[in-house]
Amino acid sequence: MTWAETDVQALHRKADRRRRLGRFGLYTAAITFAFVAAFPFSWALISMFKQSSDLYVKGNNPFWYNEPPTLEHIELLFAETNYLTFLRNTVIVGLAVTTITLVLALPVAYALARLRLRWGERMGIAIFLVYLIPSTLLFIPMTRVITNLGLQETLWSLIVVYPTITIPISAWLLMGFFKGIPMDIEEQAMVDGQSRIGAIIRVVLPLMFPGIVAVIVFAFTISATEFIYALSFNKSSAVKTMATGVPTELIRGDVFFWQSLQAAVIIFAVPIALIFNAFLDRFITGFTMGAVKG
Amino acid sequence: MAVVEVRGLSKHFGDVVAVDGVDLRSEEGEFLVLLGPSGCGKTTLLRMIAGLEQPTDGEILLGDENVIGLPPRARRIAMVFQSYALYPHMTVANNIAFPLKSQGMEPGERSTKVQWAAELFGIEGLLQRRPRQLSGGERQRVALARALVREPTVFLLDEPLSNLDAKLRAAARDDLMEFQRRIGTTTIYVTHDQVEAMGMGDRIAVMDHGKVRQIGTPEEVYHHPADVFVATFLGSPPMNLLEATGFLFGFRPEQFLPEGIAEVESDRVPFTFHVNRVEYLGSERYLYGHIREYNETKIIAMLPATVTLPIRADQDHKFSVAADQIRYFDRETGEKIPPRVLR
Amino acid sequence: MTSVAGASRRRYLADNPRFLAGLFMSPAVVYILALVGFPFVLAIIYSFTDISTGNPDLDFVGWDTFARVLEDPVFRQALWNTFWFAIVANLIVVVLATALAEVLTRDFKGKWLVRFLVLLPWVAPVSLATITWLWTLDSIFSPIDWGLRELGLITENMYWLGRPELARLSVVVVQAWRVVPLAAVIVMAGLIAIPSEINDAVSVDGAGTWRKMFQVTIPLLAPIIAVAVLFGVILTISDMSVVYVLTRGGPTNSTQVLSTWAFIKGIEGGALGQGAAVALFLLPVLVGITAVVLRLARRREVL
Repeated sequence: MTWAETDVQALHRKADRRRRLGRFGLYTAAITFAFVAAFPFSWALISMFKQSSDLYVKGNNPFWYNEPPTLEHIELLFAETNYLTFLRNTVIVGLAVTTITLVLALPVAYALARLRLRWGERMGIAIFLVYLIPSTLLFIPMTRVITNLGLQETLWSLIVVYPTITIPISAWLLMGFFKGIPMDIEEQAMVDGQSRIGAIIRVVLPLMFPGIVAVIVFAFTISATEFIYALSFNKSSAVKTMATGVPTELIRGDVFFWQSLQAAVIIFAVPIALIFNAFLDRFITGFTMGAVKG
Repeated sequence: MAVVEVRGLSKHFGDVVAVDGVDLRSEEGEFLVLLGPSGCGKTTLLRMIAGLEQPTDGEILLGDENVIGLPPRARRIAMVFQSYALYPHMTVANNIAFPLKSQGMEPGERSTKVQWAAELFGIEGLLQRRPRQLSGGERQRVALARALVREPTVFLLDEPLSNLDAKLRAAARDDLMEFQRRIGTTTIYVTHDQVEAMGMGDRIAVMDHGKVRQIGTPEEVYHHPADVFVATFLGSPPMNLLEATGFLFGFRPEQFLPEGIAEVESDRVPFTFHVNRVEYLGSERYLYGHIREYNETKIIAMLPATVTLPIRADQDHKFSVAADQIRYFDRETGEKIPPRVLR
Repeated sequence: MTSVAGASRRRYLADNPRFLAGLFMSPAVVYILALVGFPFVLAIIYSFTDISTGNPDLDFVGWDTFARVLEDPVFRQALWNTFWFAIVANLIVVVLATALAEVLTRDFKGKWLVRFLVLLPWVAPVSLATITWLWTLDSIFSPIDWGLRELGLITENMYWLGRPELARLSVVVVQAWRVVPLAAVIVMAGLIAIPSEINDAVSVDGAGTWRKMFQVTIPLLAPIIAVAVLFGVILTISDMSVVYVLTRGGPTNSTQVLSTWAFIKGIEGGALGQGAAVALFLLPVLVGITAVVLRLARRREVL
């Protein structure tokens, strides 16, 4: 079939139809994904303002405010539960774990990225393998260790143990970032009068800012999310974090304070998601840098 | 007392020999060029002098003191990298001040010196800018100002002009020479560009495979090359090499002149030159062809535009070279040998 | 000559690469050895003793503890569930994450909102996200049941978390739901890495969307999909919070996994030796599935 014989008009129409179908398919897929992902959250968002007389009626439309919305459950959450305590604990643990992680992981990442070590490659793999040993395997002996150290029922138990999770991944992440900084600049600083350590502190670390931010985010995520260690070490309410406090404290016996419970989830999770979304692109860069150059 | 001296310096990376027993002595205030193709060891040599690499063998003396084992900061040297390595998170002023701050100099004295260095290069107006806002030429000047501000005993420069546009390069070269002449600090300059080397160096050390083949003034290395490598590396187009019985000889393209141009009285060696192709480049003509008498060896001749004699392709021409311009080399070692009889 | 060099070596320690390497690496290495290596060894030791909160001495009992653990039918259910949940959930993840990644690499109106919503399951802390499902799947008030009743498809509630088969399905769904965003982000990184020339060549060659996806995109993406699946598998197998919050392992232990069973036996029940033994079985499961995934990925590897 030669060019002259092909019906160009028909081809155009077919291509147009396919493009519009593709566009339609894209939007359908996007909307479906968004709907399924957000459905439980949206339901939580609606429920948290519902009056109990509206919510606990089987026949009522769950997505409608059959009776006017109320803030009483949110007030209850803040006034009569330890929600703020959980938040405070999460922040404290997050800060402490971030500090420990940075202090220990930055040097390791630098050494693996820069210093020509004979065992460099093997060390890098070993670090990643450690990350694969899950907390769900170690939590029982770890609980004994914590008890023997007298740290149970304190925030210190988490502050001491969480770095075992954050250090391996942070070291791997930071290694990728270090490799992205040209050696030239470090050597220039050494020629300009700095020792190697001086060069690292004054010239390399300032350029590591994005990597350090990634570690901070990761460390706080662990502090807010980690479940099994937190549940095993700290049973008293005053030292629980968000991850364990909300599921255990707000489900009292048979009476479920559902509205406050959902409020507890939404108030914490949504702002975090907003921040995460804003930083996502920078994350992908860091991740691929670590993968390509690591 | 030499400012920089290197004795029997070697560097091995596993099985690879990057620098192979180099001896070098710089003179006070001279502009010494390390010239060679990539991989010849010139940058490794420079880095060892700077203290960024540890030698496998040999000594490095800076002003009579053996500095092996001393880190870069203890050596009173300044270095400019090919990329200029400006600190991206600092202003130009802080970049220049960095070496002084590392020495522990007082802020007052620091800013005076920074101002002085900036003025020397005409970049006072750029002091508050950041490196990413500067052009290539401006970055080079900042790198030089930063190198100068400590008043070091030696400048080490690693191909600082390669990152510039060809147009800027000539102007930058001129600036650099002007500056070095004014300051008078001993400079060691690494490049693979022989035009740069010839134009800038007081002396050139030609290197290949980790060894220094010859050190001399541009005139010396160009007109009296120590071996075949030096002879063919310098000069563009390179020296023509021909094989006689038992030895090699060569002459430069610009020394190969046609009958009618070259003086008849001088002692010249004649050749029959069959021209295959003529390239007209405006300021000169390149003639590609081969010499009948020596196995049709391919050679290049270069005639300046001032020689207007018409030379047609696909024809034999009578050309000649002055006898004292011909260089002779050993066939096995490539080294220079005394003149032989031709034919 | 040597004395000058020797003195310099001492004074300039801060430049010595070998010294720095030791200094930089040891704190982290010691930390990890002490707080991961030591408990790991301890876990193995515990499973050969009958240690419990009532009897805290390390009395060696040989294979006794293992025998007791293995005899328990709940353990076998937990072992099976650990495998099954991980495999099914991650199969779902592979398909959905790839599709989602394709969607997210294109431009369309409202992309920021879609991205935000789609990331929510991953970004929200696991236990908290699971709580929203706890409510959504409630035996009496589930909005899903309400919807199905209104549509006339069912007359009585489904008891998503009350019936063993449905409870297991629910666990798989929640696991897949929270892993898909992470896997999609990983696959997205891989999609972006595909050189645009390949896409251009495919357009010129006239391949349609489906053919392109199956014969070009997926094979090229195979290694990165493998990474995503690996992460997903590790997350699913080593997770305890989803099952614990959703069902506590019920109804009647039908949704127990190794991690929850270890917790219930060891921490809640106090039988530390048994708990440690149960948890140890996670290692071969992890290693096994990792090996399978890597081998599958290698077979489809391009270049």
